[in-house]
Order: sequence, then structure tokens, then C-alpha cells
Amino acid sequence: MKKTLENNQFKAKQGISEDFIFKLSSWKKEPSWMFEERSKAYKIFVNKALPKWGPDLKKLDFSKITYYIKSTDKPVGSWDDLPKEIKNTYDRIGIPEVEKKFLAGVSAQYESEVVYESIKKELDKKGVIFCDMDTALKKYPFIVKEYFGKLIPAQDNKFAALNTAVWSGGSFVYIPKGVKLKLPLQAYFRINAERFGQFERTLIIAEEDSEVHYIEGCTAPIYTTASLHAAVVEIFVKKNAHVRYTTVQNWSKNIYNLVTKRAKTEENALMQWIDCNLGSAVTMKYPSVYLIGKGARGEMLSIAFASANQHLDAGAKIIHFAPQTSSRIISKSIAKDGGRTSYRGLVQIMPEAKKSATYVSCDALLIDKISRSDTYPTMRIKVADTQVQHEATVEKLGQEKIFYLNARGINKNSAEGLLVNGFIEPVIKEIPLEYSIELNRLINIEMSGSIG
Amino acid sequence: MLFANKLTISVKNKIIIKNFSYFFKKDKIYAIMGPNGSGKSTLALTIAGHPTYKINSGKIKLKNHYIQKWTPDKRAKAGLFLSFQSPLILNGVSLFQMMRVALRGKISPLNLNNKINRFAKELQIKQELLKRPLNEGASGGERKKLELLQGLILQPKVMIFDEIDTGVDIDSLKIIAKMMKKYQKTSTYIIITHYNRIFQYFKPDRVLILTNGVLMKTGDWKLAQEIENIGYEKNFGK
Repeated sequence: MKKTLENNQFKAKQGISEDFIFKLSSWKKEPSWMFEERSKAYKIFVNKALPKWGPDLKKLDFSKITYYIKSTDKPVGSWDDLPKEIKNTYDRIGIPEVEKKFLAGVSAQYESEVVYESIKKELDKKGVIFCDMDTALKKYPFIVKEYFGKLIPAQDNKFAALNTAVWSGGSFVYIPKGVKLKLPLQAYFRINAERFGQFERTLIIAEEDSEVHYIEGCTAPIYTTASLHAAVVEIFVKKNAHVRYTTVQNWSKNIYNLVTKRAKTEENALMQWIDCNLGSAVTMKYPSVYLIGKGARGEMLSIAFASANQHLDAGAKIIHFAPQTSSRIISKSIAKDGGRTSYRGLVQIMPEAKKSATYVSCDALLIDKISRSDTYPTMRIKVADTQVQHEATVEKLGQEKIFYLNARGINKNSAEGLLVNGFIEPVIKEIPLEYSIELNRLINIEMSGSIG
Repeated sequence: MLFANKLTISVKNKIIIKNFSYFFKKDKIYAIMGPNGSGKSTLALTIAGHPTYKINSGKIKLKNHYIQKWTPDKRAKAGLFLSFQSPLILNGVSLFQMMRVALRGKISPLNLNNKINRFAKELQIKQELLKRPLNEGASGGERKKLELLQGLILQPKVMIFDEIDTGVDIDSLKIIAKMMKKYQKTSTYIIITHYNRIFQYFKPDRVLILTNGVLMKTGDWKLAQEIENIGYEKNFGK
């Protein structure tokens, strides 16, 4: 592997090493503690084995990955180089040309500065900080240092270690005490940042009594030539605060999407993860909530849609550490054309968590006979005084329901689309309208089978 | 309007309907009666194009087209409607959403919504039922009303009602029957039933008796009454 440092530009070739991490950190002019974090994490990454469970990751070659790409070096050179199916999907979703190019990585920035500026003014007035992580590290090093890696240490898993070693971009959000943001914060508006960094690092701190809804991703397929996306998201939800984190993601189908997300909720706080995944070759994602304060609540609503050559292994992890805590997991997965989905979940109720309650419901829908769905639910209940509910269903897309819709003049593809959208409706109704409409449309495209 | 020509129908290699022929005329009302297992529903589902039912021989003609090889949605688009005997619950899909897809490009969402509300009011269907996924939490009578509602919105040429009167309380039956009568003018009705009770409200033009998959007898509305009084077995034996 080789690195070049020229004209103050940092370009990385494939592969990772201690030396690379040093150069990356010094080029970014990071404080020494961050370099140390990265360096420690790198050693953990090297020594840690791949997970022994879940999807097959053997094809992942760590020596062939580019670990840092500046937004101006984005690999796709022109619109014409994009795969046809991605262009088609953009057209069918009907997104504007400039945005298409941005999503495709053709242009590095989406110029929505005017919109952004007015939002930024509003946020500044309230004392809200919303910027990319690299900026945050420069401008607010003490806050970053206090929280960075405290919830997801590098030891957590191989990909969290990798992210800690080579992270770039991602969002930093700080909501002061008592501030309730009515409009969602969208990664979309974050200018001058690498929106879809491979190794994003996101940190959200919601102080007491605050409220925020953060949205990442978009329903258009995110095209990148890189093969690995390993993000880390840490969220601190203080007393009485409420954080909702919505992800709508449609990675191109060559991506390994291996993401670690975790939230810590204090007394009477509420954390909600809403996670919709359509793309990627392999996804492994189990957003977790640690309920550490009395009366804290955690929720996870997810949708996974796997088509041919895709394996989406997703779920949730909720640990009840305190009394009167409650959790709710609703997982909906759809597999078609030989795609594979797995629900993998853990709910653990510790001895201290008296009078707690949990509700887990995971439903899988199989569109055809060659697709596959597995459920791996784990419940560890260490205290008697709790309410535990668990429901799991696997259903095949019913011929009778399709016939019923056919008998109303609706063709097979539209009927399947309607039923699949109906199946995920309990989650869809929780996400903002503009995203849910696009998601419905995208599922109809996937169901019509003409793309992907 | 609808011509069944020498239809022989089987399910899993078992013949259910034998050599059924009948010409259903434009805008007339027909009753198909018969004991359980006589093949009435098989006939209805086969005409609508259900994939489980195989046409061994014979043809079905709707207006000017032979439709026996058409997919069910194409048949429906051509003007055929089936009111189901046991309508299913469609999780997460409301009647409005379904009708919107069925009538895409033909009616604006606003007009569709108005139309649904108008008919629903006449049928005394509760608003909250329309907001829910189709048939979720709906009683037998409400489900049949929702079936009829769809038929009224789609305005088909031929409407087959598979036991629209079973599982329906007397008040609902009255409402359903009156609506059927009111909007019948431009449709051919084929009403599959065990009983005569719906014909208190309107009279069928012809009554067909099906037993063991064979069309045994046809007659006017009095035949339906006769069946009610003396039963199938006494009338035709077994």
C-alpha cells in the first residue's frame, strides 16, 4: 500500500496499516488522544476475529478496501459510468437531476445552502450543534472526548474497532437541556461533509428534557464503488429526553453494510430506532438500547427487504438495567428472488429491572419458495416481576390474497406491491411522509422485478 | 353478456362441474342455487379465474371475448366482478388504497374518496371501518357490505355474488339487497345462494339449480321459492 501527501491533499490507496492511521490522523490535525484511540482500535481490529455467526463475510478482503476517500476524490467520475439499474431507479423514483448526481457521487456536494442556512440560524439560536464529526472534533474537542467511544468501545466488535481506527465524517449533534426540536434534523442538510462516508462516526447527545428526530439516508440507491460501510452511531439520551433516529437506506447491491448503533437512555428517557434497509449485499445491524434509568423506554422498528444475492441480518438488542423500564421491538422482513433475511434479537432483563415490560414481534414475509427467512430471538429474563410478550410469524405471500386483488383488476405485481406495503405499514406509518412515499414506491419497483 | 359453454372444471384432478352451459343475458338477474358441495362457488371462482380451478374443456365468453385463458385481473378489467363468500383481511391495506390501485388513472383520488364515502353512507358502513385495513375487525355483514361497495365503485358488467347473504344479519341483508336492487340497472347479476330470503327484496329473472356439478333445472323466481319450501333432495333426489 502507498500513500501520497501532496498539495495538502491526502489520498489513500487500498489497505490499512498503523502508518496509514498516523498519516490520516496527522493530516486531519487531530488531537493526540484521538490518534491514540485510532491506534489502539487498529490493534484490536487486527486481532479480533470476524463474527462466527451470521452472514458469510469471507468475501470481504480488508487489503482491497480504500480506507479514506475525500469527497472530491469520489470514485465515480461521471453520470455515464453509473450502472444502468441505478440510473433507472433514480428516474423511476423521480428525483431531481442535481440530487441524482449527488447521490451517485458524481458531484460531491448538493447545493442546498439556502435551505441549510436558514435552518442553521434557527439551530444556532437554540444552542444546538449540528455539524460533521471532523468539525466537531476541532471545534468542540472536550465534548467529543467525553462521549466518543464510551458507549461503543473499539473492543465491542471487529467493525466497531475498524471504524474507530479509520473513521471520517458522520454527524455530531448536541441538543442542550430543554430544547425540543420540532423539525427533524436531516443528514441531507449537512453541507461540506461526506454524507455517505464509508466509516462514518455519529455522536448524538440529547441533554435532559430535550427532544430530537434525526434522519439519515435516503431511499434512492446510494451508489459507491467501495465495498464496505462500517459506521458507528452512539447516542446519549439524558433524563426525560427523547431521541428518534430514522434510517432509510438503499445501498447498492455490492456493499457490506456492517453497522454498530447503540443508545443509552437515562431516567424516563425514550430512544426510538426506526431502521429501513433495502440495499446492500450483506447487512449486519442490531441497534441497541441500554435502559439504565428508571422508567426509561427503548423502541426498535425495522424493515428489511432482501432480494437476489442479498442477506440482511438485522435485529435489535435491548438491555433493561433499571426498574420500570419498557421496550418494544417490531421487525418486518421481506425476502424475494432467493434473498435471505434474518431477525436476530436479544432482550435482556437484569435482576434490578423490576416491573419492566418488553414486547417483541417479528414477522417475516416470503414472496416465493426460493427465498429464506430465519429468526433468532433471545430473551434472558433474570427477574420474575416482568411482562414479556413475544410473537413471531413467517408467512408466504398468500395466493388467495393476490387472487382477491386480481379479482379487482389489479395485476400480480401491483397486488404483491400492495400486500408488501401493507405488511410493513406498522413501521411505515412511523416515518416521515416524504420518506414513506418514496419507500412505498421503491418497494413497488423492487416487486415489479424490472430492476435489480 | 356472459356465456359458459360446455364447461367441465376440476380441482386436483377431481371433476367438480360437468358440462355446464348457460347464457347469462345483459342486465338480467340470475340465481344459482344448490346444496352444499354442488359446485356453485367453483363455478364462480373459475369464471373469475382462480388458479386452483382447471378448465378441462369448454369456454367462457364475456361480451365478445373468450376469457377462459385470461388472467383474473384482465377478466376484472374487462368487466367481471366477484363478491367473495369469505372476504379476507388485507393487513395494512385499506379499501381506499386497494381501489386506488385498481382504478389508477381512471379517477382522481379525491373523486374516488368521495365516491367511496357516498356509497358507504348508503350502505351504512361506519367511517372507522374504511380507515382500517380492509375487513379488519369487520363482522360478517360488514364484510359483505364492503364487497358490494367495491362492486359499486368498479361498475362492472357482470357481478357474481357468492353467498352475499350468509353470515349477514337481517338488517344488513335488507340494506345490501336494497342497494343491489337500486344499482342493478346496468349490470348482469349472478347470485349464488342457498336461500330464498334475499329474493324478498327483488326477484331473479331466472333461477338455476346446480346439484353435483350438473345444471339440473332452470326456472323463474318461483323455483327459488319451491326449493325453499321442499328442499333440494325432495325436488331432485340425490
